[in-house]
Amino acid sequence: MQKYSLNVLMAAVAVLLLVMAQFKIIDNYIQAVIMYVGINIMMSTSLNLVNGNMGEFTCGHAAFMCVGAYVSSILSVLFFGNKFGDPIFPASMAVVVFPVIVLLGGAVAALSSILVALPSFKTRDDYLAIITIAVNYMVISAIENMDWIGGSRGFQGMKDTVWAMRDTLSAPWMLLWVILFTAFTIWVIRRFITSTYGKGVNAVCQDEVAAEIMSVNTNKIKTVNFMISAGLAGCAGGLFAHIVGYVNPQSFNILKSTEAMVMVYLGGMGSLSGAIISAVLFTGLMEVLRSAGVIKWVIIPLMLVLIMQFRPEGLLGNKELSDVFPKLKKFYTFK
Amino acid sequence: MDFIIQNILNALQWGSFYALIALGYTLVYGVLRLINFAHGDVFMVGAYIAFFVSGFMLGDTLGLSPTVTFLCALPVTMILTSLVGVTLERIAYRPLRRKGAHRLYVVITALMCGLILEYSNLAVLGASRLKFPELIHKTVWNIGGVTVTNLKVIVIVTAVLVFLFLNFIVTRTKIGMAMRGISYDKFAIPLMGIPIDNIIVFTFILGSGFAGLAGLLFAMSYPILEPFMGMLIGWKAFIAAVVGGIGDIKGAFVGGFLLGFIEVGVVALPFLESTYRDLFAFTILLIILWIKPTGLFGMPQSTKI
Repeated sequence: MQKYSLNVLMAAVAVLLLVMAQFKIIDNYIQAVIMYVGINIMMSTSLNLVNGNMGEFTCGHAAFMCVGAYVSSILSVLFFGNKFGDPIFPASMAVVVFPVIVLLGGAVAALSSILVALPSFKTRDDYLAIITIAVNYMVISAIENMDWIGGSRGFQGMKDTVWAMRDTLSAPWMLLWVILFTAFTIWVIRRFITSTYGKGVNAVCQDEVAAEIMSVNTNKIKTVNFMISAGLAGCAGGLFAHIVGYVNPQSFNILKSTEAMVMVYLGGMGSLSGAIISAVLFTGLMEVLRSAGVIKWVIIPLMLVLIMQFRPEGLLGNKELSDVFPKLKKFYTFK
Repeated sequence: MDFIIQNILNALQWGSFYALIALGYTLVYGVLRLINFAHGDVFMVGAYIAFFVSGFMLGDTLGLSPTVTFLCALPVTMILTSLVGVTLERIAYRPLRRKGAHRLYVVITALMCGLILEYSNLAVLGASRLKFPELIHKTVWNIGGVTVTNLKVIVIVTAVLVFLFLNFIVTRTKIGMAMRGISYDKFAIPLMGIPIDNIIVFTFILGSGFAGLAGLLFAMSYPILEPFMGMLIGWKAFIAAVVGGIGDIKGAFVGGFLLGFIEVGVVALPFLESTYRDLFAFTILLIILWIKPTGLFGMPQSTKI
């Protein structure tokens, strides 16, 4: 019973949300917030894989989101839009092709993460942090200099795909895809971290030299881990681009990376459930404080400073929810 | 030829700003092993403090002449900015250090303090940009087709003087010896009767004070102030410090000028557009770090097994 309870619960919530969205019980604003929650969950859990589980300190996660967003947007416009000539696929194919587009964006983002993974063989801590910041700036600057995708003016036209899906069958497609990809992200990370191979990630975090002696191929583990993390962030970026319908390189700057970091450290490093909970809390907080305007960005950092002072390990602190509240184990197991 | 010398001068000016800020990063890092990510924003605060101080001095109540204002605003700005740095240290970093928190948490705190400084500035003063008053009458010297402003000379000379001063403090004085000692062994140093907290406060005074100086000079050279001016220049100065080998005064100085030369060089090349500046600067730095991960002057840290 415990084995399936969580999955059933999540599926039920997802179906309930979709049905409510279909029959307009929840309006577009709430839907958008739910979709942002999903994307933030993807961002925080994928960053958690590197910053929490592997113990590296990267602060340029938005770079991979940016790569994913741009690649999937370009593919989307290429396949279903009119900007680069006639659409390649008929509009009825959009439903099938869309996840492929997002995954391809993720794949390219994963490839781009090699930029970070290769220097990480030799160095870590502060020097790796600076490399990731440099990569973040490089990606933004490179895209700003590509005039054929709009440069710093941004890029749009992805809505064609979304509309094509809606015309095929009227349903809250983007909400569906966000929920599916979020579940996919959590599943991938959970399976990877708990697998025998993935335990090498935690070994690298604890002691790199010892891990090497215990026959963990640390370089390979690092590369794989960076690529998975960046790939999932790229998927998040692709979804984000299709929800908003417009991407701009400056929307993936260091501030976006900081947001992802805030979520990871709020939830507790290395805790998957912590990252999920903090992503939900953080997005909710951002929406609640939306009316506050600029003050929002004073309150959120201040909160994090206070958390660092009084509970530096984050909300859950390197433990899963079921470790913090052992009684929950009666109700669910999560594998 | 004139073109090249002109660009070398520009590079020296930009390099001076980077070097001045990078020195602050490297001082704090050298002592505490802490990346003070709020340093770029301390620089921004310094520029704003300079604006208000000089505005007050030029105003009706005092009515000083611009040159006198410059001479008075210089120390006042440095003192007030170093107060900001020390306040940050007292309320944000010191409690964490006392608790023995992992240095990652201190880094996060520093990042967040930077954001707080930026956005509270935005909230208090609004998004409108401020125009910095002209303090020194701009003199342009034309030497064989190369134009040099007196401000440029002041900036470059200041950066060199600050470097020499800091190098002297760190390598020749007792307090500098204590600073190097703390970075060498944080636990043995208090046993030698060295007040560790005072030394750290002194480090922050030095670093933030020179960030304030950089803010004043920057505001005089590029007289538009906005809350996010410290962000990019701060990150770049940090990169300069890392490339030179963070924790090393000489490294920060050389790294700052290296970055200045790379940036101005990219802009000056005829076949490249100036928008490629950031891309090339960051790519070159990435390659340097890839080949020599500890920076140009940094010592490789041995890991204990």
